[in-house]
Amino acid sequence: MVQPARTLDEPNDKARLAVWKFTSCDGCQLSLLDCEDELLQLADCMEIAYFMEASSNPSPGPYDLSLVEGSVTTADEVRRIREIRAQSRVLVTIGACATAGGIQALRNFADVDDFIAAVYAQPEYIDTLKTSTPISTHVAVDFELHGCPINKKQLLEVISAFLHRRPPQVPPHSVCIECKMRGNVCVWVAHGTPCMGPVTHAGCGAICPAYSRGCYGCYGPKENPNTASLSHWWQRELGAEKVVLIENLRNFNAAAPDFEAESRRQEGGDGQK
Amino acid sequence: MAKSKTIKVDYLARVEGEGALYIRYDDAGVHDVKLKIFEPPRFFEGFMRGRDFREAPDITARICGICPIAYQMSAVHAMEDALGLTLPPELHALRRLIYCGEWIESHTLHIYMLHAPDFLGYPGAVAMAKDHPQIVQDGLSIKKAGNAIVGLLGGREVHPINVRVGGFYRVPSAGELQPLREQLLHGRDMAMETVRWAVSLPFPKFERALSEQYEFVALSHSNEYPMNRGSIVSTRGLAIPVRDYDSHFREEHVEYSSALHSTLIERGAYFVGPMARYNLNYDRLSPMVRQVAGEMGFPPFCANPFHSIVVRSLEVLFAFDEAVRLIDEYRKPDVAYISAETHAGTGYGATEAPRGLLYHRYSIDDAGKITEAKIVAPTSQNQKTIEDDLRLMLPKFMHLPEKQLQAQCEQAIRNYDPCISCSTHFLKMNLQRVERTSS
Ligand code: SF4
Ligand code: SF4
Repeated sequence: MVQPARTLDEPNDKARLAVWKFTSCDGCQLSLLDCEDELLQLADCMEIAYFMEASSNPSPGPYDLSLVEGSVTTADEVRRIREIRAQSRVLVTIGACATAGGIQALRNFADVDDFIAAVYAQPEYIDTLKTSTPISTHVAVDFELHGCPINKKQLLEVISAFLHRRPPQVPPHSVCIECKMRGNVCVWVAHGTPCMGPVTHAGCGAICPAYSRGCYGCYGPKENPNTASLSHWWQRELGAEKVVLIENLRNFNAAAPDFEAESRRQEGGDGQK
Repeated sequence: MAKSKTIKVDYLARVEGEGALYIRYDDAGVHDVKLKIFEPPRFFEGFMRGRDFREAPDITARICGICPIAYQMSAVHAMEDALGLTLPPELHALRRLIYCGEWIESHTLHIYMLHAPDFLGYPGAVAMAKDHPQIVQDGLSIKKAGNAIVGLLGGREVHPINVRVGGFYRVPSAGELQPLREQLLHGRDMAMETVRWAVSLPFPKFERALSEQYEFVALSHSNEYPMNRGSIVSTRGLAIPVRDYDSHFREEHVEYSSALHSTLIERGAYFVGPMARYNLNYDRLSPMVRQVAGEMGFPPFCANPFHSIVVRSLEVLFAFDEAVRLIDEYRKPDVAYISAETHAGTGYGATEAPRGLLYHRYSIDDAGKITEAKIVAPTSQNQKTIEDDLRLMLPKFMHLPEKQLQAQCEQAIRNYDPCISCSTHFLKMNLQRVERTSS
């Protein structure tokens, strides 16, 4: 993570935090308010300068750390993210929407006009882009925290890494490793349940297998995932239908390049792995 | 010559999502009120077509991070209706327990972090904590107890993973629920204090005239305070099964909002949420909650929307009481879920989200693919009522200095805990005073 260019002049000169919302469900910023034990302490260490969900007293930039939730789906959001970047020393995107376009990126695989017509009686009132794109499509991002939703412990790690000027410890391995650390029985090996764990980014603590279900990939792709192999094993060895595989590659992180390419390859489209 | 004055606030704070308000008024009255919702649409009802019915609870949860359980509950009920599945009481009890968790965390977030700062004159809970550390600490620990329920039963607080059509992926043993019980008993005591504190807040006086009275709409069930099931009733005699929703309620698309406006056909605006539930189901609250309300002198029917913070705190108390009861009476279900042959059908589901009635309707085909989805969120149902409140309220507060008047309007909106992310974003406030020279 790029460190703040500014040195804080006085020991009690607090770093300024901003929390921004783009197209999203609010779940990732809520994770910050869900840090019930740490929130007030955090407010002691940092000035919460802009956080509309929590305070009606926004203060103008520049900001030392911007946390950005949500994806870009309107022309106004394209403009707004550039302004925010210009105002922010360090910009961290939080969640699947901000890092991979979110569930609303399903429009990237279809004709958005069909969706508008399915939902709205007066399509002409709706102002939206044909795609939902991650923040990094539009501006430089210093660090991406994955998950739908993000894990609040990891969020605190990212914030404390920023405050201590060190890189965040957010391992890029798969959910499988977390499963082993948690002592879960492997749902794939033991029950033949199709599981996205082998290709999915760690961070959740392997919740789904702990609750007897296969991972559905809500943390997005791990570093260098072997998605082709996963597809092979799901279909040949677990008997999963292709459509189920595609649905799992194409949900909350549908626009993450590794998942997108594999889902298109499975569809017989243009994705090359 | 007409002289006009404008007050602008860029973004309504302490609501979930983004919206704007535009009011134009002068001494003669209010000319125009528009609650504008700019939240960019996410098209859930569009892209759900073609997806497997089993995905509905995971996908619809993502409509809103504040009340994902509500979406999951309405979705699974509608799917079970389509498939003709009836769940055993033990699974219903567990669903009620997880819903109690969501009511507690969502209501407490609203009471302490979003709404209380209005009454006490702070921009937010963090600023409020400097002068009232104990209040904010208590709020956070009550909220934490609610999150503990959702975390345990759902796997995590935001977008739980354990809810499925037919039940759960995994159900806990009675022993696993025990540690929760201690935390809930402590939470219940603190919730009692919350009620005491909430009734003592300074409330703006605002009651509608009899002729302008709200039509409250909520679920009602013969022996439960409504959460997961019941029929739809109103204070003006509506009493219909959930499957008849579409023939009584209508959604309209207005130009200034990306959330559809809901009305009761031929009757207009209506009011869903904690006050509606309370007014229509007071006698189904636990004796303890009714007793506490009575001791505080809080009536069984409440029509001042600013009192909603008290009703919410009573519902938090109820949810704790109910959660403790559910844990005490818990019997582990024989199976975590029940299943049925997949077949084509249409199903209807309505449950009580913390903010009010949440209706889902799905059609699925023989392969279990969704062919049509309809979702009506509480906030879109309340939008017209919120606008009406502002229209009726403004003349009573017009004498206030503009800054205060604006704060009053924002507070009136927050009475509804509007969840704009749910209903589809930007709360820009635009208050315009048209001044006329006498003619
Ligand atoms: S990533 Fe998921 S939890 Fe976070 S804002 Fe997007 S939909 Fe909500
Ligand atoms: S879907 Fe996968 S990444 Fe998401 S919570 Fe479940 S196990 Fe974790």
